[in-house]
Amino acid sequence: MIYLDNAATSWPKPPQVALAMQRFLTEVGATPGRSGHRLSIEAGRIVLEAREAIAELFSVRDPLRVAFTANATEALNTVLLGFPVPGEHVLVSGLEHNSVMRPLTELHRRGTDHTVLPHAGDGTLDPDEIRKAVRPGTVLLVLNHGSNVSGRVLPVREAGRIARELGLYVLVDAAQTAGCIPIDLERDGLDFLAFTGHKGLYGPQGTGGFVLSERVDPRHVRPLMTGGTGSRSEHTVHPDFLPDRFEAGTPNSVGLAGLAAGVRFVLEKGVDEIRRHEEMLVARLAAGLADIDGVTLHGMARPGERTCTLSFCMRGIATSDVALRLDEEFAVLARAGLQCAPLAHRTLATFPEGTVRFSPGFFNTSEEMDAAVKAVATLAAAARRSAG
Amino acid sequence: MPSAQVLCVVLFDSTSAALRAEKLSRAAGLDVKLIPVPRHLSSDCGLCLRFRESDREPVTRILAESGLESAGVFPAASP
Repeated sequence: MIYLDNAATSWPKPPQVALAMQRFLTEVGATPGRSGHRLSIEAGRIVLEAREAIAELFSVRDPLRVAFTANATEALNTVLLGFPVPGEHVLVSGLEHNSVMRPLTELHRRGTDHTVLPHAGDGTLDPDEIRKAVRPGTVLLVLNHGSNVSGRVLPVREAGRIARELGLYVLVDAAQTAGCIPIDLERDGLDFLAFTGHKGLYGPQGTGGFVLSERVDPRHVRPLMTGGTGSRSEHTVHPDFLPDRFEAGTPNSVGLAGLAAGVRFVLEKGVDEIRRHEEMLVARLAAGLADIDGVTLHGMARPGERTCTLSFCMRGIATSDVALRLDEEFAVLARAGLQCAPLAHRTLATFPEGTVRFSPGFFNTSEEMDAAVKAVATLAAAARRSAG
Repeated sequence: MPSAQVLCVVLFDSTSAALRAEKLSRAAGLDVKLIPVPRHLSSDCGLCLRFRESDREPVTRILAESGLESAGVFPAASP
């Protein structure tokens, strides 16, 4: 079996992730940051380790500026629904996922409008478009750091610099890039960084969060939920300090134990080494697919401007059939369709048909890339024959 | 920790801050312990950091250097 769906969930995980989760369940188990007994304190230490590992990865000085959520979607919803107010305006890239577009549609109903920045046909974004689209009341720029459809990496540092010049705050969705592409919150000029634990950070599903830069006053972001935090218990008013403001209720401590181990794996390997291997894989895959008659790659970016994800279509076969046959006949696991990103597909002119997406990961090999290319070539040859 | 030592506690807004203060203090070789916030100080259900009165200077320095805001230093025992 060849698993090429790491853009959805990375798999397999480094073995230490499951071991950390097993240790948490069998030896610790308690609620972190409440109660004050030894197991509760140990659970709290494990959650703090996850916070510190994330802070180290993104060069954040204060780990308490990392707030954990269930996934990137919850993190993005927190910032989008909690930061702009009615009458204000938001700019977004044309490669956004529905985890951004659906909250923005909801915001529109509440009186906060947005503008989608224009991209070139291949998906590139000229950061100067931000200057043209900004208007009185624009407060926030939202950028998908890496497209979950085409793998294109947007120029967040350059865009962030322009946005700050214009007085905007910058929210970056790093769901596809955290752990795969270097990110430095301060140097890149970002204010909010949303991440998920279950992709390039090798944690389990159900972990994620966001980081707030020192520029952001947490009191200016309304939390999605309020509730118990283990702090200020005498008050029924929800706290306004970090990270408690965004962490109501018992957290997914067992998941965060796994996430801490996953991020430690990334830090020990080094993001640059992970990226080198993944770039080798995607380059090999892209070169092989580009040579197949009837196969078209969509929105493929140059080396240095892409993640390990790519999208293609095959003449004569629907994308859903390609994915089904790859799974059934070749045990190659891909994802077909719109990948929850209709806006990105409109930008790449692949809407509504969608694409077949291959997203290898750090644990894939170049032999597996060759086998996947061979499988696609066999399907394409069959399609050419039946088209006659 | 010998009982003859005078003990203090430092309170924080967030238990995450208390956990971080414990880690940084221990890394500096200080003998500290996280305990439930004493009832005479607060009805909070969170944690605070207990330390020897004689370590007050290094503990407060560590907090200042790491940007951890304390909610005050108090005697550990009720008056």
